Amino acid sequence: MSETITFTIDGVEVKGKAGQTIMQAADGNGIYIPRLCYLEGCEPFASCRVCTVIVNGRPQAACTQPIAPGIVVENNSPEVTQIRKDIVEMMFVEGNHFCPFCDKSGNCELQAMAYRLGILAPKYPYLFPVCELDASHPYIFIDPNRCILCGRCVQASRDLDGKHVFDFVGRGPHKKIRVNAAVRLADTNLDITDKACDVCPVGAILKKGVGYAVPVGQRLYDKEPIGSDIESKAK
Amino acid sequence: MKNLEKAVAKICAEYGNDRTRMMDIVRAVQVKFGGVDNEAIDLIAARTGTHRVEVESVVSFYAFLSQKPKGHVVIRLCNDVVDQMKGVQDVAKTLSTKLGIGFGETSSDGWFSLEWAPCIGMCDQAPAALVNDLMVTNLTTEKAAELIRALKANPNPGQLTAKFGLGEGNNAHELVQSSVQNNIKKTGEVLLGDVPAEAGLKKALQKSPEEVIAEVEASKLRGRGGAGFSTGLKWKFTRGAQGQDKYVLCNADEGEPGTFKDRVLLTERADLLFEGMTIGGYAIGAATGILYLRGEYNYLRPFLEDVLQKRRDARLLGADILGKAGFNFDIRIQMGAGAYICGEETSLISSCEGLRGDPKNRPPFPPQQGYLRKPTSVNNVETFCCVSRILDKGAAWFAAIGSGKSTGTKLLSISGDCKVPGVYEYPFGVKIRDLLQDVGAENTQALLIGGPSGQFIGAESFDKTICYDDLATGGAVVIFNKDRDMIHIAHQYMEFFVEESCGYCTPCRTGNVLIEKCLRKILDGQGEPEDIAYLQQLGNTVKKGSRCGLGQTSPNPALTTIKNFRAAYEAVLKPARDGMQPTFDLKAAVSDAEELAGRQSVSH
Repeated sequence: MSETITFTIDGVEVKGKAGQTIMQAADGNGIYIPRLCYLEGCEPFASCRVCTVIVNGRPQAACTQPIAPGIVVENNSPEVTQIRKDIVEMMFVEGNHFCPFCDKSGNCELQAMAYRLGILAPKYPYLFPVCELDASHPYIFIDPNRCILCGRCVQASRDLDGKHVFDFVGRGPHKKIRVNAAVRLADTNLDITDKACDVCPVGAILKKGVGYAVPVGQRLYDKEPIGSDIESKAK
Repeated sequence: MKNLEKAVAKICAEYGNDRTRMMDIVRAVQVKFGGVDNEAIDLIAARTGTHRVEVESVVSFYAFLSQKPKGHVVIRLCNDVVDQMKGVQDVAKTLSTKLGIGFGETSSDGWFSLEWAPCIGMCDQAPAALVNDLMVTNLTTEKAAELIRALKANPNPGQLTAKFGLGEGNNAHELVQSSVQNNIKKTGEVLLGDVPAEAGLKKALQKSPEEVIAEVEASKLRGRGGAGFSTGLKWKFTRGAQGQDKYVLCNADEGEPGTFKDRVLLTERADLLFEGMTIGGYAIGAATGILYLRGEYNYLRPFLEDVLQKRRDARLLGADILGKAGFNFDIRIQMGAGAYICGEETSLISSCEGLRGDPKNRPPFPPQQGYLRKPTSVNNVETFCCVSRILDKGAAWFAAIGSGKSTGTKLLSISGDCKVPGVYEYPFGVKIRDLLQDVGAENTQALLIGGPSGQFIGAESFDKTICYDDLATGGAVVIFNKDRDMIHIAHQYMEFFVEESCGYCTPCRTGNVLIEKCLRKILDGQGEPEDIAYLQQLGNTVKKGSRCGLGQTSPNPALTTIKNFRAAYEAVLKPARDGMQPTFDLKAAVSDAEELAGRQSVSH
């Protein structure tokens, strides 16, 4: 029996169970808190910061912050939305995202998030990083141009697949994804059946041979905005 | 077995093939082979039972580690703002010319590497450089030329100490042998005056651990690293947390540009510090303490190890300390390897665990789950030193010093445009105006209180005081006179944060780059009035969205100069007369095409 905790999100009273994070409790109430790095079944990674909410006046990541009785959570205020927009725009300019010909377009969480937040074009200057593709693996290729460094592949490979195919190297703006081999993905033990191949929110890890299997216009977020599945659970 | 394989096996074995000692392992390989290359990474991974990418992840994180081999002698010239103010660019030119290499390069014979380093803790004797482990301070072009001449004759920096003279106090100790000066300019009654040996520890061991914590709480001691959390409360949480093994960690990774007071405490008050850590171990019920020492201060390590050994010999460390049955406590030193972020307490813990210096998610906080997921108290060097004094002289004595809720004294590292830079011990509550007079600062335009993660203040704040409720600081105070360009200075500090962000979270990784670029643009004469609002919104997002204290404060150089030196921005951010967007540099945009065409564009 877990204790029920009552608090508010944007003035609406919601209930959650002790031990839940704000994000888990919000999901249970059909309230969508935008997120990009969060991966079901793994510990919250808390790298993207898109789920930032204001709790009793202080910014917190909804994916890691536990609920507490009576807390006042801002999820949809103008300031919170601005912070999220800015963060998503940063992801667009720190990489090279070519939506028009990316196979992930329409299924891409970053793109869908930008649409949901109403971003038309980033106000920031593009940083145009120079990235090298790794297409050495027979079934998978990595395009760091589109990577948002969320950490899902790192976590999935380590915690769900029991391998350690991916990790981060470098720091600051030089941080990037690396594979567990001296040079190439082909030299790792990554299998196409690994969970790590399915978790990328963007088009940085893609499967070969299945491109454009679903026509543009009929893809996941072509039909409804990201987060709709959670919001449909609202009572 | 090949040479590398043998050496790596030996190094790994020395640390029990323990992956949590990865920092020590990769540091040792780096020192022996000048780098940790792919082959070494594979060998280390095999020995420690990790994946190679995990080892690579660590090696690629720290500035003092590299996959590409560096020269036998690595010269790291400090390019902190204060060093720039003291003429480091001329020194850089001399070093570069005499060595025949640029910064970031290694000489073709493999002997020398030349690099820039962020603040190395010598702002009071800038410009300064770290030559392997040798600190060379007060550099001039002549001294730089002499350094290179001497190194070319004998490329062993360790044997050059005599050349530059010895500093005062323990800097001249046979195990330190450094030309670094303490520059203690003002002593106070808590830390830099006379302190009796072990008086606090002896009295602490007569009390119960709970009584020790109550004494520290009653003194109202707050963390000296900058965040100002109640030390007594932190200890109470750690003691009360579930779990058998508990740890006391000392943060000696002072990396905030402009800070050097812990360097002086480590040099002159090492026993007082270890005494405080031992009291901490007794209070929270820990058997192990770790001193996390910044890599730049490796020159102090042999001395500190010796102090620890002498304490073991005197039964001040080890089993049944001072005859107190059942109180066992020892301390090891964990070296850092050049990463400002490791001064953040959860990053420091990650680094001690042999990982990248990434901060951890909170909750859980370290008192619940810290080092190796065990209850851990992380405290600053100065905080531990204060604890020893509080246990000796009593909470009431300590609480009577200072002002209001800020009790005791504070060490300030003061540098920049002043006649007498150095370490000053003031009771909390000292007025900026009085401080400026003491250090011989004239014509002062601005002070940076608490380093770049703190705030820039101007003349309208000179009647404010140093304390937690007014101008809070971890101790760095940098002074700028009226000839300094505040936007230029803010930009230099933003460059520091760009390099030192760990890159884990988006706002800090990329937001700081964008702030830096905007300031650069303004300095290049392409700013526009809208840039102020742009920087303020961007700064707000970085502060509120970032995961740890670094990003939560890193926009401050831009934000606090905009707030307190707005005139400097307004002077250069005028609407363009022709109504064109000055951001766009037409000349630069067409320069490639001009070169290809071999003629100048008619557009400019």
